[in-house]
Amino acid sequence: MPSNTASSSSAPAGSSKSKRPKYSKFTQQELPACKPILTPGWVILTFLVISVIFIPLGVVSLFASQDVVEIVDRYDNDCVPTPARANKVAYIQGGSDKSCNRTLVVPKKMKQPIYVYYQLENFYQNHRRYVKSRSDSQLRSVKDENQIDACKPEDDVNGRPIVPCGLIAWSLFNDTYALSKNNQPLTVNKRGIAWKSDREHKFGKNVFPKNFQEGNITGGGRLDANKSLSEQEDLIVWMRTAALPTFRKLYGKIESDLEKGDTIHVTLLNNYNTYSFDGKKKLVLSTTSWLGGKNDFLGIAYLTVGGICFFLALVFTIMYLVKPRRLGDPTYLSWNRVPGGGR
Amino acid sequence: MAGERRHKGMRLSKLYSFKCLKPFSKEDHSQIGSRGYSRVVFCNDPDNPEALQLNYRGNYVSTTKYTAANFIPKSLFEQFRRVANIYFLVVAFVSFSPLAPYTAPSVLAPLLFVIGATMVKEGVEDLRRRRQDIEANNRRVLVLSKNGEFSKTKWKNLRVGDLVKVHKDEYFPADLLLLSSSYEDGVCYVETMNLDGETNLKLKHALEITSVEESSIKNFRGGVIKCEDPNEHLYSFVGTLHYQGQQYPLSPQQMLLRDSKLRNTDFIVGVVVFTGHDTKVMQNATDPPSKRSKIERKMDKIVYILFSILIVIAFTGSVFFGIITRRDVTDDGKKMRRWYLRPDRTTVFYEPRRAVLASFFHFLTALMLYGYLIPISLYVSIEVVKVLQSIFINQDQEMYHEETDRPARARTSNLNEELGQVDTILSDKTGTLTCNSMEFVKCSISGTAYGRGMTEVELALRKQKGMSMRPQDDEIKANPTKSVKGFNFWDERVVDGQWINQPNAELIQKFFRVLAICHTAIPDVDGESGEISYEAESPDEAAFVIASRELGFEFFARSQTHISLHEIDHVSGEKVDRVYELLHVLEFSSSRKRMSVIVRNPENRLLLLSKGADSVMFERLAKHGRQFERETKEHIKRYAEAGLRTLVIAYREVDEEEYRIWEEEFLNAKTLVTEDRDALIDAAADKIEKDLILLGSTAVEDKLQKGVPDCIEKLSQAGVKIWVLTGDKTETAINIGYACSLLREGMEKILITLDSPDIETLEKQGDKDAVAKASFQSIKKQLREGMSQTAAAATTDDSANEKPEMFGLVIDGKSLTFALDKKLEKEFLELASRCGSVICCRSSPKQKALVTRLVKTGTGRTTLAIGDGANDVGMLQEADIGVGISGAEGMQAVMASDFAIAQFRFLERLLLVHGHWCYRRIAMMICYFFYKNLTFGFTLFWYEAYASFSGKPAYNDWYMSCYNVFFTSLPVIALGVFDQDVSARLCLKYPLLYQEGVQNILFSWERILGWMLNGIISSMIIFFLTINTLASQAFRKDGQVVDYSVLGVTMYSCVVWTVNCQMAISINYFTWIQHCFIWGSIGVWYLFLVIYGSLPPTFSTTAYQVFVETSAPSPICWLTLVLVTFSALLPYFTYRAFQIKFRPMYHDIIVEQRRTERFESGTRTASAVSGELPVQVEFTLHHLKANLSRRDSWN
Repeated sequence: MPSNTASSSSAPAGSSKSKRPKYSKFTQQELPACKPILTPGWVILTFLVISVIFIPLGVVSLFASQDVVEIVDRYDNDCVPTPARANKVAYIQGGSDKSCNRTLVVPKKMKQPIYVYYQLENFYQNHRRYVKSRSDSQLRSVKDENQIDACKPEDDVNGRPIVPCGLIAWSLFNDTYALSKNNQPLTVNKRGIAWKSDREHKFGKNVFPKNFQEGNITGGGRLDANKSLSEQEDLIVWMRTAALPTFRKLYGKIESDLEKGDTIHVTLLNNYNTYSFDGKKKLVLSTTSWLGGKNDFLGIAYLTVGGICFFLALVFTIMYLVKPRRLGDPTYLSWNRVPGGGR
Repeated sequence: MAGERRHKGMRLSKLYSFKCLKPFSKEDHSQIGSRGYSRVVFCNDPDNPEALQLNYRGNYVSTTKYTAANFIPKSLFEQFRRVANIYFLVVAFVSFSPLAPYTAPSVLAPLLFVIGATMVKEGVEDLRRRRQDIEANNRRVLVLSKNGEFSKTKWKNLRVGDLVKVHKDEYFPADLLLLSSSYEDGVCYVETMNLDGETNLKLKHALEITSVEESSIKNFRGGVIKCEDPNEHLYSFVGTLHYQGQQYPLSPQQMLLRDSKLRNTDFIVGVVVFTGHDTKVMQNATDPPSKRSKIERKMDKIVYILFSILIVIAFTGSVFFGIITRRDVTDDGKKMRRWYLRPDRTTVFYEPRRAVLASFFHFLTALMLYGYLIPISLYVSIEVVKVLQSIFINQDQEMYHEETDRPARARTSNLNEELGQVDTILSDKTGTLTCNSMEFVKCSISGTAYGRGMTEVELALRKQKGMSMRPQDDEIKANPTKSVKGFNFWDERVVDGQWINQPNAELIQKFFRVLAICHTAIPDVDGESGEISYEAESPDEAAFVIASRELGFEFFARSQTHISLHEIDHVSGEKVDRVYELLHVLEFSSSRKRMSVIVRNPENRLLLLSKGADSVMFERLAKHGRQFERETKEHIKRYAEAGLRTLVIAYREVDEEEYRIWEEEFLNAKTLVTEDRDALIDAAADKIEKDLILLGSTAVEDKLQKGVPDCIEKLSQAGVKIWVLTGDKTETAINIGYACSLLREGMEKILITLDSPDIETLEKQGDKDAVAKASFQSIKKQLREGMSQTAAAATTDDSANEKPEMFGLVIDGKSLTFALDKKLEKEFLELASRCGSVICCRSSPKQKALVTRLVKTGTGRTTLAIGDGANDVGMLQEADIGVGISGAEGMQAVMASDFAIAQFRFLERLLLVHGHWCYRRIAMMICYFFYKNLTFGFTLFWYEAYASFSGKPAYNDWYMSCYNVFFTSLPVIALGVFDQDVSARLCLKYPLLYQEGVQNILFSWERILGWMLNGIISSMIIFFLTINTLASQAFRKDGQVVDYSVLGVTMYSCVVWTVNCQMAISINYFTWIQHCFIWGSIGVWYLFLVIYGSLPPTFSTTAYQVFVETSAPSPICWLTLVLVTFSALLPYFTYRAFQIKFRPMYHDIIVEQRRTERFESGTRTASAVSGELPVQVEFTLHHLKANLSRRDSWN
């Protein structure tokens, strides 16, 4: 069949009502196109390129992660006095003194800012009931303080709405840490630990806590009723729910360097009940790199994938060297070899 | 045989009407008014109280599916007939309850979008129909009003019994009974293009009693028509007119059907018989049969699989949820474990003390949550894609036929991909393989053969036998006459009036007179040039009148009672006008296989002129009329071998007395108004069509359509089996088979026939049972023999793939009746499937349909039927795909078809190019759809494992609801519409590629499950890499940690990138459209994120500023994205690389080969490459062949 480029021009000009389909590269499905095919060269090249990019990236990420100095101290167990360890839940719910002393040794020089985190494990902040139990409109403006439908059962106390309502706020983390280095108290800056957008838009400047923790059961921490929500950064951080059951949250920043070998004394108040659900509590001091905190996974993953690609590139190269094959042999694509079968 | 093609509509309609009306056929016409024949029309008196009582429907026509009032409920109902949509509706309702894992609007929005889009489409289509209706209903027509004047009225106001006047070139507003016309004898010409697509004019004539002048027709009152009830048979009408105490029989001859057009007649007056939806055209208006493709049926199964997966994972989740929830309170109920959830004061959904109930509710929640496994937009996307594919089919210039100005047309878009899976083609012959434009080539008159031309078949046979065709070329070139369409006859003894000098001149004269008189054609004299052209109902007839005109018997005028010829007198050699009085036309029907006219010639002698098939004509010859029987039979055989259609021509003189007696009986039969009238008329006609005197026979050639042999060869190279079902004689069929390379030299023919002497002798004895029994046994034996023949060949020939090429099966109609018997059909099918080509001769329309059904159900494979005439309608509707040839035969086949093309050769492109592409696209598209939804859905599930199965998705509600509609659907649609593995040219060059569809390689379960597995693997890679890189540590330099919103955004971005890039690496064809859609979709996601994130936090909740403030400035988020996307694509990419290396698919080989070619020519080292065949390719081909042979012996 002749190419239709010719026929398009020869369309009878006079017959205005010809039903001949209009020619265009689009309607004839002849648009210029790139038709990628996986030739051996391309396969090997692709694998090589990936490995060439991924391996350095992995190395860089791994270095970034290695640069970070991190001190992790698990204290949930140790901060319960030995006699009370048989029934930790009773201890934590009891009225006895909860203070506890911990000593940390700085393994390597830590440059400021050093971030102080608390880490909880086996705590499901992503539970559906928990996540939904908040009222964004109430947090935002005084007008909406009665919008507490989503907050049940922490919605009101004897008909008076709780601000901030809901399980998230109610279960606010309330362990506190007082740090000192060589008997000199270390200032932990607790300002600026929440996201700016949260402080400015999600939590109202003129919304103040009301009726908080006044129900028959007290959950977690209490709030200063004289500070507006937008200033209560601990609450703001806590209310950014974590995605996974193991999570860290910012407690504050230390804005001075720590030298190698420094001992840090932490006086903490072990208030928060993680014992009834077997959750761990950890105190974390960490510097950051451009990539954030210490986590080798990214670097290792890059190296692994890069390595696999390199290996595959090798395998394919060897395969093509050992068993070269001519691409697409057309002769056998037609089976019609019957005598007298035309052609 | 020549008349065979005529009145097929009638033949077909009888086929069915007989069946359903049989119970009434015994009733005589006095019982009119009984069931089936109850309509009473009071002519020109619609206000008659009796007429009002009958309360017939008005002429208002509505073809719309919906009305303004019922559009919403009805179209909604249509929508929710789909299982998937019901599921989503239920989900939408439940989403208002606290069970919902996400907010109600985010569930409703996509559902409304999808449903809305489909409804808008329905609405627009319906609106278009409505506009047409309004236009038709408000057309004006002249109606005789009470004051006796014709005045204009809208069509919709017409009532049964109204007298209307229709002018030239106007459409008839309803089914009318013709009363009179502007012609004195009450004839008129009608074009039925809109009804059956036939462009030739049809002659209708009024009853003599009513064909009066216009002024007196106004006074036509008191006539009562009693006739059949509304029905859909276009070519039948039974009724009587009671007028002035007399009864007059009515026939289709008097009926003017709605939507046909008055031509060549100034005006007619008629009475309205059927109105509105009672008219035949409306009764015929049925939607094209709704067929579903195999892929879609399989898709439903996959949707069920997904539902099962959905239920399984939802159930698993609920079990875990129940266990975890139960533990939230200690057994004594005093202590809470996860106190922060307040399990002491909770709702029933999280109640630890009723954990079973809670987990049941959770199950419902999970069903909703994982609903993303079911692609909501799949159906609507597929519909969009198919419509666009159809547009491409319609727009293809290569399937446009210049001469008839017809492009290809996809009448339904449901079956596009089915075109790529056709295993067997069942083809009609006449008009499908051939042009159905007859040429008069040869004739045999009184035992002498005339005509020197060579037919195409003869040429093809010679070519196959390797003979030179030089001498014949000369012979043809010697033909000096101008070319006349329909006439390819040359013989120096006959042309230019030379026949006068022949010894048998008188017989030659009689012969051509029969041709010139015995027909139903209408002459059309060009006013200026005086040239005459003919409107004939069948091309054979046109060929005859043209031939007789060219040889000196010019038929130039027809009235209801007379036929006029210019003739050359064989004695004087002068041109004279002769007028024959036409007394009766005994029409052609498929059972009669002949037609005759009774005329009175100018010498006042009564003549019966007859033409018909040899099988019926020879037995009707008189003893003294058999003078040339032997020679004629010999010639007929030769003609048939040359692929010609033959008719026997005979005549007799009738004496007046016999004629008088016969006429009475004949007219009696004609006045009957019951369904068996036709049978009685036939019986009456039988009585006079006897004792004929043989004149000779004609042979017309039905030329093969252009490109048919090539097309058939290409298709058989593609592994498609072709069966030809024809009404022709065995010899003709075989030779046509050779001509169009269906049968080849060296192929072994297996002929199954009942033309054996013993059966013939049995037939002569007339014992029907014995004949049937013997025939059955004979067919059985022949089938067995055939089987052993093929089996023997299969064992001796080790190369399996050549086996199907070795045999050609030819079976005739009578044998087919027995072969289609329940007891034999299996064996027949088995044998037929071992043969490369099958030809069924002498098959009736019903047999065609039966054979189609046998192949379809017996093999379970896709069948395609192609035909052009009304006799193919059954076959077209029975087959998986019906392709109509919009040729000379009218539109009946096209109306019943799914695709319409103008020429058989376009089938090659339709199947190999469009079919292949569409199949590939739809298959890919569906697989990809499931892939992308599994990828997404399973990340939800993995996340649940980290959220104590509480039913909280990792993503914001609106991200999820936009997933199917905005972020991933356009690339899939682009894939479904534009992707092509290889170009059209290569599709045609390597027909073997078509096997991908026939063997359903691209939509096999392995492939589908493979894609599903790929989706699950991708989801795992995405999920686990993301949560491990973005674990608890800080993710930015400023020490912030990852929270719910950041993890969700990052993971979701990974999903969007992965599925879109997966698309990019799995398509084969990248135009700017693909680039635009794929990268655009990713862009849209980020755009959405920015816009949605900037809405106030009460709307955007967790998405507030998340991209701009939180995740975009974090390098680790981007690094994760890169890592995850590449890793998730790696398994597929590696798999493909290995596949191409070790088990390349056919299109891979072709594409590579093309590339190599180009490369080689580029470096101009086009040296011969080593003949050694790569192992892999050989393996693939071996695999393919094995598949083929397995396929060929299904059992």
